[in-house]
Amino acid sequence: MITAERKPIEDLINSVSSCRRILLLGCNECVTVCSAGGRKEVALLSSALQMHFMKEGKPFEIKEITLERQCDPEYVEELVPHIDSADAVLSMACGCGVQEVARRFKDKVVLPAVNTKFMGASERQGVWAERCAGCGDCVLGMTGGVCPIARCSKQLLNGPCGGSTKGKCEVDPDIDCAWQLIWDRLKALGMTEKYEENIPAKDWRTGRGAGPRKIVREDLAS
Amino acid sequence: MKTESTLEKILVSGQLAVTSECGPPRGALPDKVREKAEMLRGCVDAVNVTDNQTAMVRMSSLSACIIIKQMGLNPLLQMVTRDRNRLAMQSEVLGAYAHGIDNMLCLSGDHPHFGDHPAAASVHDLDSIQAVDMVRKMRDEGLFQGGQKIDGPPKMFIGAAANPFADPFELRVARLAKKVKAGVDFIQTQCIYNVDKFEKWMEGIVDRGLHEKVYILAGITPMKSVGMAKYMKNKVPGMDVPDELIKRIAGVPKENQAEEGIKMCLETIERLKNVKGVAGFHIMAIE
Repeated sequence: MITAERKPIEDLINSVSSCRRILLLGCNECVTVCSAGGRKEVALLSSALQMHFMKEGKPFEIKEITLERQCDPEYVEELVPHIDSADAVLSMACGCGVQEVARRFKDKVVLPAVNTKFMGASERQGVWAERCAGCGDCVLGMTGGVCPIARCSKQLLNGPCGGSTKGKCEVDPDIDCAWQLIWDRLKALGMTEKYEENIPAKDWRTGRGAGPRKIVREDLAS
Repeated sequence: MKTESTLEKILVSGQLAVTSECGPPRGALPDKVREKAEMLRGCVDAVNVTDNQTAMVRMSSLSACIIIKQMGLNPLLQMVTRDRNRLAMQSEVLGAYAHGIDNMLCLSGDHPHFGDHPAAASVHDLDSIQAVDMVRKMRDEGLFQGGQKIDGPPKMFIGAAANPFADPFELRVARLAKKVKAGVDFIQTQCIYNVDKFEKWMEGIVDRGLHEKVYILAGITPMKSVGMAKYMKNKVPGMDVPDELIKRIAGVPKENQAEEGIKMCLETIERLKNVKGVAGFHIMAIE
């Protein structure tokens, strides 16, 4: 999923301080799963903002809406009846959702309420970790199902570097050495000979190297 | 002989080669390079010139290499994949060779986290093994990494680093084999304090016959004090400093510790001279 973290409350107060009426938008997809911008977080942020401006004696109205998917024009269209009554939109979706709302409503200021972080997985309750860098040409088949691009601090395709210590990365003892994980997996799978196949220089065009990417499915595109 | 490199000639002749380091200054003063390099005149076969070592900004390796070359010494260009993409690396190799610099070392480089610009983005378009492969292709096939022909290919004698003490140990011979496969000519190792472990690694190298395909220069760094020894043990990732070594240096008065450190290095060198596959020494004297 795409993970996100809410921005500090002081930043959010600052960002909407010139507004009187805010449309606070949640999203029912990834940001709900990672507890950053779903219905519950929308309600919490809404209360916090209202309390703050009430204390300041400033008129402030919030309308809360959580869309099924904020990155999908079909659902963003549901905002049409509500958008005019707001000075600005504060979106708790990931960057994709924020941009879709901004694209649809050209004369409306749309502010991000979360920092979009990475594509990751849940490690345990309340902990998410980066897993995929979206390079566009998956190498997991060569690396025992552990991504060296997303999970090695130096994105080494032929690691580990000389800083791997007791399974941890030199950058931070909280980071697992991706190449230790890859080696452990290759051993468990009986595929250690795979390690000595040098992975050639990557063609980054499938990633960000050739500019912003697009997928066009002729069979589906209208 | 793959190149005109003096270092290659010495290694091919079977004599033990000695290399050392000159870290470029944190400023634009060329005399600082000259002062440091002058200390190595007549002592070494090549002078490694570090590339923004420990992720701190310094005078560029190539510029300092040129100054050292003009002094009549033999520089060895270090290049990290952290700061340059494949275009910048190749143009730097061409420039270096145009200035008569024909030795280089391909490294991934210390992470910016450890340096004075922790907010910097790392490049890592290539890793060190892919960088070795690229420079070998430039030399042996006369082709850029992208496949186009080079008008006057650079004939670099290509080195890389190896750290026999990093984890997982069982992988460290295989990682060297990958560098050999990519076309590396020589290896300079991490500082050796745990000689037993180094010997075990070398056994693995010799068992696979890798010592016949690559020249291995054993890394030596003199300890200046017990403080430095403890720091190296506890704070430097991938460093293996045995407790006996710390005890030994702690056992001499402070003013004699640097001398004791050099004595220990000489003992290590004498011992390593007898280890099969060791082709020379890389002395990294840390300021």
